[in-house]
Amino acid sequence: MKLFKKGIIDGLPIGIGYLSVSFAFGIFAVAAGLSSFETLFISMTNLTSAGQLAAVPIIASGGLMSELISAQAIINLRYALMSISLSQKFDGSIKLFDRFFLAFFNTDEVFAVAASKEGQVSKSYMYGLIITPYLGWSLGTIIGATLGNILPEIVTSALGIAIYGMFIAIVTPMARKSRPVLICVIFSALLSCAFKFLPILNTVPGGFVIIICAVIAAAACAVLFPLDEKEKEGTANE
Amino acid sequence: MNNYPFVVYLLAMAGVTYLIRMLPLVLIKKKIENKFILSFLHYIPYAVLTVMTIPAVFSSTAHIISAIFGFIAALIAAWRDKSLPVVAAVACAAVLIYELVGQYLLPQILVF
Repeated sequence: MKLFKKGIIDGLPIGIGYLSVSFAFGIFAVAAGLSSFETLFISMTNLTSAGQLAAVPIIASGGLMSELISAQAIINLRYALMSISLSQKFDGSIKLFDRFFLAFFNTDEVFAVAASKEGQVSKSYMYGLIITPYLGWSLGTIIGATLGNILPEIVTSALGIAIYGMFIAIVTPMARKSRPVLICVIFSALLSCAFKFLPILNTVPGGFVIIICAVIAAAACAVLFPLDEKEKEGTANE
Repeated sequence: MNNYPFVVYLLAMAGVTYLIRMLPLVLIKKKIENKFILSFLHYIPYAVLTVMTIPAVFSSTAHIISAIFGFIAALIAAWRDKSLPVVAAVACAAVLIYELVGQYLLPQILVF
């Protein structure tokens, strides 16, 4: 029970962060032509910021199924990497059924929080951790979808950066503490910019860019700065 | 206009997203011992989030300058170990302040 509460407390900031990000998603989806309920259903069944953002224009324009599926597969492929990593963090209390269930809630932030815990994480902790992010994501979506069009443009513009603020909040403290992570982050940023601005490279679809850049940067750092035995236990700090 | 009813799109995207998350979690139960893979998995979340943030963050608001303001504000807040929602709020506030006030104070040449 104590671990369950600890999970809820750790999940709370994610839930609040999601509230604002999904609020922005709700505004975006309704503006693109989806109904409020369609928008809510997308959030409740997907729970993925970047994937949902990419899906809305495809659905709203009656796009091809192959386009939707390949976009989701590529953009969300990072979750496979995170799930592999998370599979190493679970302790014995997490059974097969729990893995089927918890997999749905494996978002960037839930993963980042679980991964940054020392040692392993338990079933109670994980179930506590996922509650507020899911509620925040769903609630924010429906509020944004219903209230979005009455907000001034300047407010929706400011909300556009919320999701990136969340990413920065996860990466920066770790990059400050660990030089290898800092180098990995700088390398990733340079690669990402190369794929955005250099000719030929900038024709690669966005979802592929995420996978290519992240895999190159993480693999290079894994070769240059392999974790020592102590860090294997899950403490990520230098 | 739609080729498919909404619910077909919904099930397709939800199904793909769930399978990607579920399969590795259910299939991999053994502890990975390989040092390279462990190190790779340690770096991957930071690499992914960085690639998603840069350079996309700079086109996430109405003006690139307001996005730069928000980005720097978020970096400072995160550097001081502020929590997730605080950093996100600081970024939004910085953008809002710039778009309300800053763009009228700075030389117009800075406004893209």
